[in-house]
Amino acid sequence: MTELVLRLRAAPAFRLDLSLLTPERLAGQTADAVARLPLAYGRRSVPVGEWFDVRGTAGPRILIEGDGVRLDRIGAGMQDGQIRVEGGAGAYLGIGMRGGRIDVSGSVDAYAASGLVGGLMRIGGDAGDYLGAALPGEHRGMRGGVVIVGGRVGDRAGDHMRRGLILAEGACGDYCGSRMQGGTIATLGACGARPGFAMRRGSLVFAGPPPSPGPTFNDAGELPLGFLVLLARSWKELPSRFASLSRPSIRVRRWVGDLAFAGQGELIHWPG
Amino acid sequence: MIVNGVSVDDTFAEAFAMRGTRLIITAQTLGWARTAAVSMTGFATSVIGCGLEAGIECELDGARTPDGRPGIAVLLFATSSSELAKQLERRVGQCVLTSPTSAVFSGIASGRPLPLGKTLRYFGDGHQISKVIGGRHYWRVPVMDGEFIAEDTAAMSDAIGGGNFLILASGASQALAAAEAAIEAMRRVSGAIMPFPGGIARSGSKVGSKYKALIASTNHAFCPTLRASVDSELGPDVECVLEIVIDGLTEEAVRHSMQAGLRAVCAVGAAGGILRLSAGNYGGKLGKFHFPLRALLP
Repeated sequence: MTELVLRLRAAPAFRLDLSLLTPERLAGQTADAVARLPLAYGRRSVPVGEWFDVRGTAGPRILIEGDGVRLDRIGAGMQDGQIRVEGGAGAYLGIGMRGGRIDVSGSVDAYAASGLVGGLMRIGGDAGDYLGAALPGEHRGMRGGVVIVGGRVGDRAGDHMRRGLILAEGACGDYCGSRMQGGTIATLGACGARPGFAMRRGSLVFAGPPPSPGPTFNDAGELPLGFLVLLARSWKELPSRFASLSRPSIRVRRWVGDLAFAGQGELIHWPG
Repeated sequence: MIVNGVSVDDTFAEAFAMRGTRLIITAQTLGWARTAAVSMTGFATSVIGCGLEAGIECELDGARTPDGRPGIAVLLFATSSSELAKQLERRVGQCVLTSPTSAVFSGIASGRPLPLGKTLRYFGDGHQISKVIGGRHYWRVPVMDGEFIAEDTAAMSDAIGGGNFLILASGASQALAAAEAAIEAMRRVSGAIMPFPGGIARSGSKVGSKYKALIASTNHAFCPTLRASVDSELGPDVECVLEIVIDGLTEEAVRHSMQAGLRAVCAVGAAGGILRLSAGNYGGKLGKFHFPLRALLP
């Protein structure tokens, strides 16, 4: 299969916007043509070739190699194909992504998967704050798709999230699922303070240590929830530790809230 | 054509285009899934009086159901998509939602959507929860034994209703035994159901009646007690006629089902009191699908 390879020569001093480099936007272009494309670099515009060695042919797959902590907006608005990042990535990874797949072997900065509509994002390392969240001033966070984080997730994950799935294999920061309106966030690690703060709907599933719900969550006690079987079965095909999650029972402890808001959200502790 | 002493008429079954769907009903035990399925597919023998035709297709073990619990696949057929949607809402609402530990899912992967949980969710009175899991949309409706889980929509497909054949026998016992053997064989065919009680109809009908209020009346040509009074299809040796009607999601499913049934009846043969096989049709003028009996045998 054809693959376009972009090797970062050196770490850029400013943020470099890679939103132009998605499989559908580059379809059919040669490596030379790609190298001439303009990228926003701080306040300037620079050709791709100034920072990257480009080889291969643009097709459904793009490989980005190098320390990408300042490479922002990788896969923004992507609709199809696959982007693989060998290393880390900057902010806004896959913002507005509608389909396809992004794999990042390292860690990523804030606002990854913001406004995600569809597709699969796999982050091998940690994710910064506001994973799957709405941008400031916006009211719509993640609206679909699946995000898997192998490491730790920062604060405010899923802020204003409306639909979709976030699987955090590590710990979650504070205010996980804040202002959430739907969707599911599941974690295998510990969770920070005030999970589900101001959430109206949605599910936070804690498959590791139990959460510490805030005062505006009511304890609904222990009970079996059949939809967890559907949820766990949907994880079986995913490239995640959640695929092999084994739980002897669907009997869980549930808190409902945030009762200061619509109160139809839920925190679920699903012990092993 | 004679097969194992059974005379096969040179005729065909005439079937019609319908709309159909498959639901998967699960429960904590197979017994309760079956209870819900039986209840839901009750009073669903004929579109003439029931609004739709429905039946149990097969049992499913946990590996073949969305929620890993034992389940029952049911097929439902109606003459229009609006009638199918109406009946689906009523029957699932009254018979599956009410049945302990039940859940209901679409049994067809794609097709025009039919509201399922989409309308039943309102029973939750605002406490219902929407979940999109693995690309499928479910509703969690709070009920007194926990949560009723229903997929948002079922999928509707073009279907065929009215495949049929008639078993003409020397007596009621012989006809019934052969019909039961046919039903047992036909239940192994997926994608088709036999909607009448036990799969068998003894009151086959013709279109129309001398009474203007009725749209169907007894199939007098196949009534043994009328053989001296009307233009009868029956000889003096036939004492009982039973009909098996088949609805299927595809023409292929109806054909395979009829074939399985006809072969089972022929296996009983003349030695078992089976004299003739025939089928119901309207001269080929009404139904789009024709199933010639002789092409399905031996």
